[in-house]
Amino acid sequence: MKYLDEYRDAHIARALLTEITQQARQPWVLMEICGGQTHTIMRYGLDELLPPNIELVHGPGCPVCVTPLETIDKALELASRPEVILVSYGDMLRVPGSHADLFQVKAAGGDVRVVYSPTDALKIARQNPERKVVFLAIGFETTAPANAIAVWQAKHERIENFSVLVSHVLVPPAIRALMTSPDCRVNGFIAPGHVCTVMGCGEYEALARDFRVPIVVGGFEPVDLLEAILLLVRQLEKGESRVENQYVRSVNYQGNLPAQRVVEEVFEIADQKWRGIGIIPRSGLRVREEYGDYDASRIFHLASITAEEPAECISARVLQGLKKPTDCPAFGMRCTPHNPLGAPMVSSEGACAAYYNYRRNLCGSATLARQSPEAS
Amino acid sequence: MAKKTNSLEQLTCPAPLPVKDTIVLGHGSGGRLSAELMRSIFLPAFENPVLARLDDQAIVRVDGTRLAFTTDSFVVKPLFFPGGDIGSLAVHGTVNDLAMGGATPLFLSTAFIIEEGLPMETLRRVVASLRTAARNAGVEIVTGDTKVVEKGCGDQLFLNTTGIGLVADDLELSANRARPGDRVLLSGSIGEHGIAILAQREGLEFECPVESDSAPLHTLVAGMLKASREIRCMRDPTRGGVASALNEIAEQSHVGIQLEESAIPIREEVRGACEMLGLDPLYVANEGKLIAIVAPGAADSVLEAMRCHSLGRNAQIVGTVRESPSPLVTMRGALGTSRMVDMLPGDQLPRIC
Amino acid sequence: MCLAIPGKILSCDDLGFARAGRVQFGGIVRQVRLDFVPDANPGDYVMVHVGFAISKVDEAEAQRTYELLAEMGALEAELPPDDSPDSA
Repeated sequence: MKYLDEYRDAHIARALLTEITQQARQPWVLMEICGGQTHTIMRYGLDELLPPNIELVHGPGCPVCVTPLETIDKALELASRPEVILVSYGDMLRVPGSHADLFQVKAAGGDVRVVYSPTDALKIARQNPERKVVFLAIGFETTAPANAIAVWQAKHERIENFSVLVSHVLVPPAIRALMTSPDCRVNGFIAPGHVCTVMGCGEYEALARDFRVPIVVGGFEPVDLLEAILLLVRQLEKGESRVENQYVRSVNYQGNLPAQRVVEEVFEIADQKWRGIGIIPRSGLRVREEYGDYDASRIFHLASITAEEPAECISARVLQGLKKPTDCPAFGMRCTPHNPLGAPMVSSEGACAAYYNYRRNLCGSATLARQSPEAS
Repeated sequence: MAKKTNSLEQLTCPAPLPVKDTIVLGHGSGGRLSAELMRSIFLPAFENPVLARLDDQAIVRVDGTRLAFTTDSFVVKPLFFPGGDIGSLAVHGTVNDLAMGGATPLFLSTAFIIEEGLPMETLRRVVASLRTAARNAGVEIVTGDTKVVEKGCGDQLFLNTTGIGLVADDLELSANRARPGDRVLLSGSIGEHGIAILAQREGLEFECPVESDSAPLHTLVAGMLKASREIRCMRDPTRGGVASALNEIAEQSHVGIQLEESAIPIREEVRGACEMLGLDPLYVANEGKLIAIVAPGAADSVLEAMRCHSLGRNAQIVGTVRESPSPLVTMRGALGTSRMVDMLPGDQLPRIC
Repeated sequence: MCLAIPGKILSCDDLGFARAGRVQFGGIVRQVRLDFVPDANPGDYVMVHVGFAISKVDEAEAQRTYELLAEMGALEAELPPDDSPDSA
């Protein structure tokens, strides 16, 4: 597959690793933001191929993991109503809410359906005029334009039985919150290539400048990530802190203007709660009032659903890159993808799941996990 | 501001563990949930050494004759798909379960659970397909049953089939027989059935030239056994894919299995669909492929025998069995690093993240 | 996060309020909305996320940067093989 396979080439990857090893004289801590990038790192074992003085930590790049508990509970509530068809991306089905997940609600008779695209959700709404279709619209900035178009189209085609339950999170405010934490050890960032495809690179200039960290916009294949790491290392060794674009085949500086426009039209920036982290100001999106008839949180009166989260949580520290999944006492034992305790283990993009699924044998807890029956 | 805590026990994750006291879809997926159901409910209740081997078929001795005996249920949606339908799937699936034990399949039963309102024409089509598939596989459908359930209680049509076959005395094929040094052989490209079905699914539809690979494997198996008896076990990697089948073998034999990613055949269309939906082809269902664990000295001759058969043209040696302190399946990739290939808890879902 | 893959536009359709195209990913084809890539045409490659093209692949840029990488890779391929890391 063109523009994919070439970026998995083993010779190029090895050549980049050699360059990185030669150029990285000092220890550096690098963070990739995006769960898809974490996935690639774990799957291809890039962290073990890098020289020991380069440490990779993983950021909160999983919109599934950071969807607030309340939003999941609201989705579960709606899914249990007989008149509702709850439509979702596949990622969300196993994320635990306060008492259940969407799979269990489905088992109890809820109509829960998986789609690949928001246009499929609109189709379901058109085909089922007597039911209310609620689309669980989650994601980072990458997914916002598609989710926004679905709302826009619903309004313009008067698909009255369609609405969205939104949990959209924005990357730059999260990085800012992370960098302001006194525990933060990150020297350089790999910015998420598909978020930047939509939003461009400009928002990261302020971060690079304010915190004096180099930021390289990176793609998702092993060659992309290694090239991004090389660019970061070069900057760090020279004491530079610029924004650079590795993912030139998809990202340009301004981003995608038509996509940004439709997001502006349908959504507005709002304070957002990040599961396990807390509220980060102006880090999320909500539906504008003009599109209020398509906002599930308004039309279904769900305000009374709130959820308690513990003040201190290891998954918060994992999401901030302060701890590795393997530092968690429950990892691989009480908490596995089979019996997830928290969202980073459920989501296929979550750091904990990536570690567990691809590399658990490294930390020895595999032996323990297999010997003891799954905790119930 | 984060509170300091001295006790690690006080750290918790944001969601409590939901207790599973009802059956969920994942329990039927062939992954960990299914395995847990077997271990916690069925095995303890039906306690016997034949069942405990957890092979695709049961091999029992009756008055000196070794019989293989299996049952399977088919709940596929849509009923008709490119490359087959619930009828042909049922025949092939049951024939294959018997063949994996080295049995010559002989007789099948079919039980129909039909939802009220199913068009008669649909039933006729399915039955015609059963007949053709059975005839082509050289088996007879000798008994059956029909039940009709009320509208809303059945999802159109469910089929259960049971199969009986004969097993030669000197054949011992079982998932607990894999040993370090053995080779893992795969009869052809993976993921075709699962992708052919997904391409029809509401919410995911795409144009897909891939058809289900549903096929009866017993003549392929016969050819393999003729080449060598040093085959430890065979599995047809249906729901849960190659990954789940190998994990089951690793578990039963207490071994490690190391795959070579570059050796695993996969069609470009299947790869494209998996990339688009974020699926790992190792977990996608196959209905006309088999995995064989073969003694190292016999691997080449068995492979050659496979390649002589129409259903084994793309057969490859894809891995090796190794010593391991705990059952583990891993895969070495293009960069030379290895990653785990674990059982999934339930069905693999398309993802956007 | 944000799984987006490159695909080739085979043909375009006008839906009235939007453009869509049949896009090929390694042998399968799916209808993809082209609302955000108004200048993309049959033959072009686009990055597709949840059924929407979010960018047109800049083939010239990709070629330019890839040539450098390919050279590095070719040099590496000529080196004698050493023990490749195996963590299993």
